[in-house]
Amino acid sequence: MAVFEGINLVIQYVYLASAVLFIFGIKLLGSPATARRGNFLAALGMFIAIVATLVNEEVLNYEMIAIGIAIGAVIGAVLARTIKMTAMPQMVAIFNGVGGGASAVIAVSEFVRIWDGDISVEGHVKLTIMLGVLIGFVTLTGSLIAFAKLQDLMTTRPVTYPLQNIVSGLMFLAIVGMIVYLVGFEFNIYVFYALVALSLILGIQLVIPIGGADMPVVISLLNSYSGVAAAAAGFALGNLALIVSGALVGAAGLILTNIMTKAMNRSLANVVFGAFGAVTAGGPVAVETRTARSVGAEDAAVMLAYARSVIFVPGYGLAVAQAQHQVRELADLLEGKGVRVKYAIHPVAGRMPGHMNVLLAEANVPYDELYDLDEINDDFRNTDVAVVIGANDVTNPAARDQPDSPVYGMPILNVDQAQHVIVLKRSMSPGFAGIDNDLFFKDNTRMLFGDARRSVTSLVSEVKGL
Amino acid sequence: MGIPLVIALYIFVLAIFVGFEVITKVPPTLHTPLMSGANAISGITIIGAMVVVGPRDANLAVALGFTALVLATINVVGGFMVTDRMLQMFRRRPGEGA
Repeated sequence: MAVFEGINLVIQYVYLASAVLFIFGIKLLGSPATARRGNFLAALGMFIAIVATLVNEEVLNYEMIAIGIAIGAVIGAVLARTIKMTAMPQMVAIFNGVGGGASAVIAVSEFVRIWDGDISVEGHVKLTIMLGVLIGFVTLTGSLIAFAKLQDLMTTRPVTYPLQNIVSGLMFLAIVGMIVYLVGFEFNIYVFYALVALSLILGIQLVIPIGGADMPVVISLLNSYSGVAAAAAGFALGNLALIVSGALVGAAGLILTNIMTKAMNRSLANVVFGAFGAVTAGGPVAVETRTARSVGAEDAAVMLAYARSVIFVPGYGLAVAQAQHQVRELADLLEGKGVRVKYAIHPVAGRMPGHMNVLLAEANVPYDELYDLDEINDDFRNTDVAVVIGANDVTNPAARDQPDSPVYGMPILNVDQAQHVIVLKRSMSPGFAGIDNDLFFKDNTRMLFGDARRSVTSLVSEVKGL
Repeated sequence: MGIPLVIALYIFVLAIFVGFEVITKVPPTLHTPLMSGANAISGITIIGAMVVVGPRDANLAVALGFTALVLATINVVGGFMVTDRMLQMFRRRPGEGA
């Protein structure tokens, strides 16, 4: 079967090469030492795919392509250069959104071409056009909402209303109905417009009930969607390069989503069916009668400076206060005094998977001092001081030993097993799960109240003075 | 370009398996760069957009393709650049070159 001939066959070979480069690129992301080269290989793969497409017989409109690429490249480059590392989750959300949006618009454009030209196409082409519209537009508006929440343009708390999940369900059923009609019965442009509109609304509807603390899950899920949308566009256009790359990205997003949901003790189904808003609502908060012991910077500094080993546990509070540089300075001082320093990173610390690692890397924390949950949890019991900075629920021992707690079953860092624990926190207010942290009331725990950046800064000057 | 659906599905499914194999080996330290890099790869829709913009006659489909082209380029250029910026920061020991 001669599907591809001549120049088109050559293009297909180049697409194959770029798919290989993408896979090698991701493979090299397996180690921080080779990761940068991996990213370069993937970018090279993209470049040759673009160049090959330019010689496609159907591509004639070079001026327009050049203008479009120039506009997009300038916008993308400026965003990528100016963004702060703490704002990386919003940035990824926006790039996700435009990627999904691009796939959706391609699907719309294919619909318009078929509609205008009254061209007859196979059922699976119609189906993938509709799926591209649905997934792409859901990705677009969902990502924009995620961006707005992360950028504090709207409330980071779940926005809910009665029967929300039922409304989502009905919208989804309506969308399925429209797709069945458009694919199986009649190509009707008004039904198609309605499909576009409902898909855009569904994206908003799915993300508004999700709180800021659940954003790691949302971002990785939307990332997966943007890959699936690209693959759908590939099926619609009969383009293998899109299908392969979309599948890779879809798989990456799914794996990360799975890691995130495990780290929060939720099931993937629970997330996919949009029940996350409900889960975060804890029961009524019991009146706390226990007292926590506070400590001043001076005493805390003594504890740290004379310890043999210290583990830092950075959390969302650190990211908000942007205290990563001060933490690194403190760690350097302690290392200078012969203290062994490690960092324990919970998978959902920060606002997207691995976000905390990037923030610490920005502050020049060497990556071989960063340990994830499984690697470090047995070390806490041999550690003199654990310093918890703005991490709350991920250190709550109730997750381990209180079956009636809403966080029960969530994997936590075993901070409470260290000889001493210093918790840096603004106040005693609970984390996003809405429950108290038993850790704060333990005999070996001291609270150092205040803004994380200021507290760490004073620790630094106290340690210097010793 | 008409590829038989069954071939396209084969390739799609096999690519998912390859994806799972290579991606599960990425350590948590690099999950954010992985995500933004994967995201940049999803900007491969840029070549779909180029094909759609292809015909010389200006019409609605071409205008939409142009929009898709701009969006996908933002995704590709921004995604790879920001990933590189992040990866530049990962060092084994302070003071060593990136």
